[in-house]
Amino acid sequence: MTTLTLESLRHDKRAAIAATAVLGLVLAVLPFAVGNALGNSWLRIVDFALLYIMLALGLNIVVGFAGLLDMGYIAFYAVGAYLYALLASPHFGLHVPIWVIIPCGAVLAGFAGALLGAPTLRLRGDYLAIVTLGFGEIVRIFMNNLNAPVNITNGPQGISGIDPIHLGGITLAKPLTFLGFTIPSLHAYYFLFLALALLIIFVTIRLEDSRIGRAWVAIREDEIAAKACGINTRNIKLLAFTMGASFGGVAGGLFAGFQGFVSPESFNLMESVMVLCMVVLGGMGHIPGVILGGLMLTVLPEFFRHSAGPVQQAIFGKILLDPEALRMLLFGLALVLVMLYRPAGLWPSTTRRREFKGESTTDVLKEGE
Amino acid sequence: MSTVSPTLLEARAIAKHFGGVKALTDVSLSIRRGEIYGLIGPNGAGKTTFFNVLTGLYHPDGGELHFDGEKLQASAPHKAAQRGIARTFQNIRLFGNMTAIENVMVGRHVRTRAGVFGAILHDPFTKREEAAIHRRAEELLHYVGIDHRANDLAKHLSYGDQRRLEIARALATEPKLLALDEPAAGMNGTETEELRVLIEGIRADGITVLLIEHDVKLVMGLCDRVAVLDYGVKICEDIPAVVQKDPKVIEAYLGGSVA
Repeated sequence: MTTLTLESLRHDKRAAIAATAVLGLVLAVLPFAVGNALGNSWLRIVDFALLYIMLALGLNIVVGFAGLLDMGYIAFYAVGAYLYALLASPHFGLHVPIWVIIPCGAVLAGFAGALLGAPTLRLRGDYLAIVTLGFGEIVRIFMNNLNAPVNITNGPQGISGIDPIHLGGITLAKPLTFLGFTIPSLHAYYFLFLALALLIIFVTIRLEDSRIGRAWVAIREDEIAAKACGINTRNIKLLAFTMGASFGGVAGGLFAGFQGFVSPESFNLMESVMVLCMVVLGGMGHIPGVILGGLMLTVLPEFFRHSAGPVQQAIFGKILLDPEALRMLLFGLALVLVMLYRPAGLWPSTTRRREFKGESTTDVLKEGE
Repeated sequence: MSTVSPTLLEARAIAKHFGGVKALTDVSLSIRRGEIYGLIGPNGAGKTTFFNVLTGLYHPDGGELHFDGEKLQASAPHKAAQRGIARTFQNIRLFGNMTAIENVMVGRHVRTRAGVFGAILHDPFTKREEAAIHRRAEELLHYVGIDHRANDLAKHLSYGDQRRLEIARALATEPKLLALDEPAAGMNGTETEELRVLIEGIRADGITVLLIEHDVKLVMGLCDRVAVLDYGVKICEDIPAVVQKDPKVIEAYLGGSVA
């Protein structure tokens, strides 16, 4: 039903404006509502959800659009995060401003993406998955071991004391006073992340509906036919890797500034798998689905973590299973259920056929008869 | 006009083998501008292999191709498309989860330029180009007669419509040579007749057509010249009426004489 409304919005300008206004209001009020009702730990989770949405959208370009299974995507997140950590922390004594670091992070991660893409151009499916998985691990292990002979990444201890994100004289680490309003730090991060997430959503939507986006999907659907149509599949695939990776680089930089600490630990295989799950469970190649996936998969495990204890207490009078262990179990169960009942994802793209000029599905049925 | 050579495609001693199997042995043929050229032969004669070499999917083991006055770079499918060779596939290869019109729009890729920044910024050039792509795709769908299916996913089209869509997608690349790999396979009489009209229309628009086909009636009625392959060797090349009577061709199709 939701998809139908979304589709109709495309043709009704006034409804679209109203929906945008409502959505804008919800997004603006959300951090205050969450912060007041559920506390700051939940607001942190919402901030993280925004980071993961950026990651999921980046990976969606590679996996969802171009159909290239990338299991090492978190490496680009690591590249962005480490770049920020090295350029804005006491580690090297550098304090480069964010508006320099984030674009640099996007470019460097994009370069890393091309670096990964180049040797894997001929690979598909399982083989590509294995190589990218290896790449992700290589980057993590690199970060782990780059503390000798020259200490660059500080090895497994990671880099701490990273500068909080600051723009000019304004730092997001302390509450901001803005036109008489005081915006607490977590809220300010929320708005920054939201702005960048919206930017990434905008870029993704524009790309999807373009010559490049069509070429990506064509490669996913049939690489040989795509070649025969004159698509330089090598360049277009590299472009997918680069674009996807650059989103990861942006999210990584924000992560480092937000967290104030990075270590190789944060970029393990599980994280890559998690982002991939967001894309697949949300609805591969469908932007609203991927956003939903990113949101759900950040919030659900936390929800289980927070509720597993109290629920057991209420039912059995004591805690039988460690909530930390139980939450992954419940999370796994949720994944299995989604795969069983919504194999194409929670919110798959079912209406693409009507994207142009809105022909209804009923026409298709009539044609079929 | 006098400088333009009448030959559009010239294949010189093309050879291709897979392990010990010689799929093509020294196949030479030349296709003239504006003709419908048929390539026939029994199953496994090497017709599709020739197509794949021509369109850059296979690297030939010998010989070379000259197209439109210049050498054709081997094994570079997108470059072949850029030079003006478009093809369809024997076992239809559409982008199943894209709509019919999107399939044709992909065909415009090679003749358009918008890049990442154009896509993101939607500058006037990109907007114009995108509108032109859409318009041309609509025209082509209309041309092949499936404009009413424009917004249906390619995989939901009927078999005959899928064949037409593949032709529309190939035409979208503005080819000089359109190579059709068994376009009438699986079609009934009416559909085949419609296809014949379509192919003649394409030729009338100035596009040279290379046709692989099993439907002998279609080939004989449609083609200006026909080449016959048998076990990877060209055994005959002439106008249909002559080819039909060639004893070697008859032998290839019906088996050796019992004498």
